[in-house]
Amino acid sequence: MTTPEPLNAFQHRQSAHCESGVVSSMMTHHGLAMSEPMAFGLSSSLTFALIPLVKLSGLPLIAYRMPPKFIINGVRKQVGFHLHSQTFRNADKGMDALDRALDEGRVVGLQTSVFWLPYFPEDMRFHFNAHNLLVYGREGSDYLISDPVFEGVVRADRASLQKARFAKGALAAKGLMYFPEHVPSTIDYARAIPAAIRKNERIMTRAPFPFIGVRGIRGMGKNLRKVAADASKRDKYLPLYLGHIVRMQEEIGTGGAGFRFIYAAFLRESAKLLGSDILKEGAAKMTEAGDEWRMFALRATRMCKGREAMDIPLLDEILNRCADREIAAWEVLRQLPGVK
Amino acid sequence: MDKDEVPQDAIHTYGGHRKLFYATDKDGEYLGVQSSGWEAEAIATGSALEELDRLRADAWARASRGETSPLEYYMVLRRMDVALLSQTSGLWQWRVRRHFKPAVYARLSDRVLARYSDALGIDIATLKILKETP
Repeated sequence: MTTPEPLNAFQHRQSAHCESGVVSSMMTHHGLAMSEPMAFGLSSSLTFALIPLVKLSGLPLIAYRMPPKFIINGVRKQVGFHLHSQTFRNADKGMDALDRALDEGRVVGLQTSVFWLPYFPEDMRFHFNAHNLLVYGREGSDYLISDPVFEGVVRADRASLQKARFAKGALAAKGLMYFPEHVPSTIDYARAIPAAIRKNERIMTRAPFPFIGVRGIRGMGKNLRKVAADASKRDKYLPLYLGHIVRMQEEIGTGGAGFRFIYAAFLRESAKLLGSDILKEGAAKMTEAGDEWRMFALRATRMCKGREAMDIPLLDEILNRCADREIAAWEVLRQLPGVK
Repeated sequence: MDKDEVPQDAIHTYGGHRKLFYATDKDGEYLGVQSSGWEAEAIATGSALEELDRLRADAWARASRGETSPLEYYMVLRRMDVALLSQTSGLWQWRVRRHFKPAVYARLSDRVLARYSDALGIDIATLKILKETP
């Protein structure tokens, strides 16, 4: 471990999503200015997955982005810095290590459980173990926290933060803490951006499993039809299932439309950096896909509330339109040199 | 999504907070826009919360009739299910389920209760008795 270079005072910046927010703040703090969409896009984190066999509280796993740690590792590979990361078996040791890193003047990333963070509003507290945040200091017994999804900085007492870091269950953090070392001051965007898009294009359009990528989106429409045809699931399970889809798409900090808008923002920013009209058009197409996803959320929740009649064929049709528009975006992006 | 169309529905589940969304200006340029929430999201979150409320009221009613132990109620109160409580307490699922029997639960040692207390963040004295209201 090396002693950290003197850094400017830490600046909190609100983000849509926790992990991309942490990475963007961390890079910026270490002298490599990076927006949240750039962190998301460079790590090729856009996806779609519906895995009915993996259940969370009785509902299937649905993801619009790659699994936790994918963003930070993706950016690490593209930018080329060293990530010092550590997990702990002993919670006290984990807290001591955090204190030491803070005393050294570092800004430290932590993986935590949302449920035990005292500053989260009651209605947002669910058992999700892969919430990322930054700790930038201590004051008395409180930790000073930059939680990317909040407008301003927040605080947590030691006992709560310890509980949040060491909560058990799926995706248990085991006290994971991390900080970067040797962050370069520039990125070769002309190389990194096409490489990142190429990787994401493979995930979205050439996944080896039918439940991942664009095929997965169509699969969700089919799955909805199947559930609606099952008399034992139609009345109670179907509305919960629809609500679950919308929560995964909108509630969990996706920047809107299940990360489609963040990704479009990345494409647009890249278009400017590289002076590329292809990327500009790709961004516009991805925005159209995002708008269609928002339409899905709107109609699905109205149907759940009984404000309009339950119409599963219509929802299936909207999902197919989402898939069509995403395919159209990737077709444009394939024209970018280095992608196909 | 156009920046002027970012919903500002001031939904209750945000508890007065605002989240960041990405939206476009008239030239298609993206920018971050704070939102006080979207009704569609509020409905989706609301239905999940209603389900939790229903489970809680149900567990409380059964516990007050002596059909289950206070443990099940406190588990649901902490928004957990048997699988998660088993993982967080380190006790097998069948043991957790067995502890839903009031007679078995009443005989539990403080050592076992301490594991539930730690997993749920509720002290042992509270865990032993059912709250007066759901």
